Amino acid sequence: MKGLRFVIAGIVFGIIMVKSEAASWYRIQEMFCFQSFHMYGIIGTAVTLGIISVYLIKKFHLKDSQGHPISFHNKDKRWPKYVIGGTIFGLGWALTGACPGPMFVNLGYGYSTFVIVILGSLLGTYAYGLIRHRLPH
Amino acid sequence: MLELLKQPWPWYLSGTAIAFIMVLLLYFGKSFGFSSNLRTICTIAGAGKKNAFFDFDWKAQRWNLLFLIGAIIGGFLAGTVFKNDAPLQLSAATIADLKLLHIPFDGQLNPSAIFNWHFALSLKGFAILLIGGFLVGFGSRYAGGCTSGHAISGLSNLQLPSLWAVIGFFSGGLIMTHLLLPLIF
Repeated sequence: MKGLRFVIAGIVFGIIMVKSEAASWYRIQEMFCFQSFHMYGIIGTAVTLGIISVYLIKKFHLKDSQGHPISFHNKDKRWPKYVIGGTIFGLGWALTGACPGPMFVNLGYGYSTFVIVILGSLLGTYAYGLIRHRLPH
Repeated sequence: MLELLKQPWPWYLSGTAIAFIMVLLLYFGKSFGFSSNLRTICTIAGAGKKNAFFDFDWKAQRWNLLFLIGAIIGGFLAGTVFKNDAPLQLSAATIADLKLLHIPFDGQLNPSAIFNWHFALSLKGFAILLIGGFLVGFGSRYAGGCTSGHAISGLSNLQLPSLWAVIGFFSGGLIMTHLLLPLIF
């Protein structure tokens, strides 16, 4: 069961999303209204520690559990897709209060109506695949 | 330990835990990015036969689907065994603003006014949830990642494109929250 560790990592992630309240529609509203430091504190802490971790992994050429060097890929530099796609994502994030991870976490939590949100996100992903050649990137 | 798991966590503990997940996946030889799963599910559903974008070997993403299954189980555990019964500590200003939108604060994780089945199956409620999800799915694939892939993994690796994406996430979120939600609700 080599895959079990990913299930366990996912379980930990799901618990984190609820306990941090990052999976809360209310918290996302509060964030976009700048009425609490909570979400900014979470993202700020995660990114700060993330930057330090990635820096250390690169500096000391750390290896993964298989013994391979941990590698990072630079993202494509063309910027319009990030701004346009990101803005479309943000519209949906503020409306449903959930980014892709929390959609599934909320489903597990017991908010079964999130199946509609998940269905929408799959349709959106599929629609992007259909028309992506006609979009500016 | 169980007490800690039952309570909501302060922001610094939560942020640290999220960074831990990112590093853990790097240690497993993978990269933290959740929205790729949406593309993978489209592929498994057969979208690759009609469209080259979905024609890829999804087995390389099997680990991420297992992570997704874990996320559902984690949500379930957090809503049962580790459930916190105290109301969410939302700021008074947000509670007052939501009242103006006719979304009463119920102290839960999500507003029952939006996520109850009665509303979700009304034309308006169904459209809100489906279109909202559609925008998230379309936008995350267009931008090449979501909050985990860009805001966490990308920014941690000092990727300028991820900063553009995060600026986009917030632009869209602010437009929806301040301009569109008052029209929708």
